[in-house]
Amino acid sequence: MRIRPPTGSQFRPAKPIDQSVMAENKARIERIDRRNVLRGSLSLGALTLLGGCDVSDTDTMQSVLTAVSAWNDRAQALLFDPNRLAPTFTEAEVLKPPRFNAYFSEADITPIDVANWKLELGGLISDKRPKTAPDIYAMPEQEIIIRHVCVEGWDYIGQWSGVNLRRFLESVGADLTAKYVAFHCFDDYYGSIDMATALHPQTILATKYAKEYLGDPFGFPLRLRTATKLGFKNPKWITAIEVTNTYPGGFWEDRGFNWFSGM
Amino acid sequence: MAETKQTTRSKPLHPLGLRIMHWTNAVAIIIMICSGIKIYGDSPIFSFISFPNALTLGGDPDIAWKFHGNGGQSGALQWHFLGMWILVLNGLAYLTYGIVTGRLRHKLLPIRPREVIATIRDAMRFHLSHDDITVYNGVQKLLYVGIILIAIIEVLAGLAIWKPVQFSTLASLFYSFQGARLVHFFGMAAIVAFLIVHVALALLVPRTLLAMITGGPRVEKSPAPPAKLAHQTGE
Repeated sequence: MRIRPPTGSQFRPAKPIDQSVMAENKARIERIDRRNVLRGSLSLGALTLLGGCDVSDTDTMQSVLTAVSAWNDRAQALLFDPNRLAPTFTEAEVLKPPRFNAYFSEADITPIDVANWKLELGGLISDKRPKTAPDIYAMPEQEIIIRHVCVEGWDYIGQWSGVNLRRFLESVGADLTAKYVAFHCFDDYYGSIDMATALHPQTILATKYAKEYLGDPFGFPLRLRTATKLGFKNPKWITAIEVTNTYPGGFWEDRGFNWFSGM
Repeated sequence: MAETKQTTRSKPLHPLGLRIMHWTNAVAIIIMICSGIKIYGDSPIFSFISFPNALTLGGDPDIAWKFHGNGGQSGALQWHFLGMWILVLNGLAYLTYGIVTGRLRHKLLPIRPREVIATIRDAMRFHLSHDDITVYNGVQKLLYVGIILIAIIEVLAGLAIWKPVQFSTLASLFYSFQGARLVHFFGMAAIVAFLIVHVALALLVPRTLLAMITGGPRVEKSPAPPAKLAHQTGE
């Protein structure tokens, strides 16, 4: 059974945009007089001069909102209890397959050729030798059955296995006192989490879902799964991990979503 | 003795601090509702309930694309997580004030069923008296106490949605994550329903609205003696 989002994600259209709209409105678009557009833009320019406070108000409001979001990062870091475990669930509650979500549609996935795939390591890590898939699979495996919560509001129970991230970072000699762990992905997605969350016992580099290797839509061969952060904080198709003290941002975070996004 | 006390030690029906808290709360509630319905739209609970962008905060497509390169989902969340601090800090200040000064108990309690029924009967016959706006009738008491309780539940459901792991015990009270979302949604709906009645009645009896701006008639300072007695001496 395929579970499809009932109404579709806001981050991608539920159905492809109907191209007939273009054909229908072609005449209308052509009717738009370029001279009128120019004239309109002139008066718009004049309006911004007159209503300068309106425009700057918007800018001011945006900087207030950004500042509060940064404050909320700090508040959430304080609220975060590194020893508190997220609720876990039984195998019977696991959704199979998991729900797909990315900034593109499922049809646009480029599967990774695992034979050529390597996990690059960078930043404050002493052993930066890249890892191959067999290297990762040889590491001790941990399984967690946890709730996935999307920032949009939907959730499901997932069963993930892979190497514990703390254990992985220790094995490559990462600086565990650094501030951030950043991830770079095959689909050009990128993201980062705080070190406290990276070291949480329920944060893993997942290679399997419901005891089978991850499917292509869900991040094969390697993705992050942390029980204490929203879904978008769990990058899929990871190709590089970097430990750093410089704020790395993230794909959605750079589009206004809260960086910490802890649960 | 009692009379001198009344004239020398009187205060407005709505002291300045209370009026500031009331209007701060009004702003916070508007922020929370307008941004909340935009967030709801990212993953609607009911397929037949949706909200137009024009009603939302953060959903303005031009601003959203300009600043965030998306349809306003992140903007609405930013507003919601700004509004929550105003709502909760102001709400805590209001409850502390109301309990410490005895205002909540004095103005909203006790709620007697007989009084509520009598108020409804009067209202049906258009006999409802608005002469004295310093005393709430049974229905008003019930609605004000009810909306305070709903607001508290709404904040708790919000905490369960925001931090289902850190506050996992609280979250489990709502059965599931979606249970908390459902309570949060219906709480919002109840607050909107209250707002409609509250604003309509304030407009029908504009003195009440004016009192929340200017402070209203002066009343005895200490509400400590039983409300009923004070009311009788006033008559």
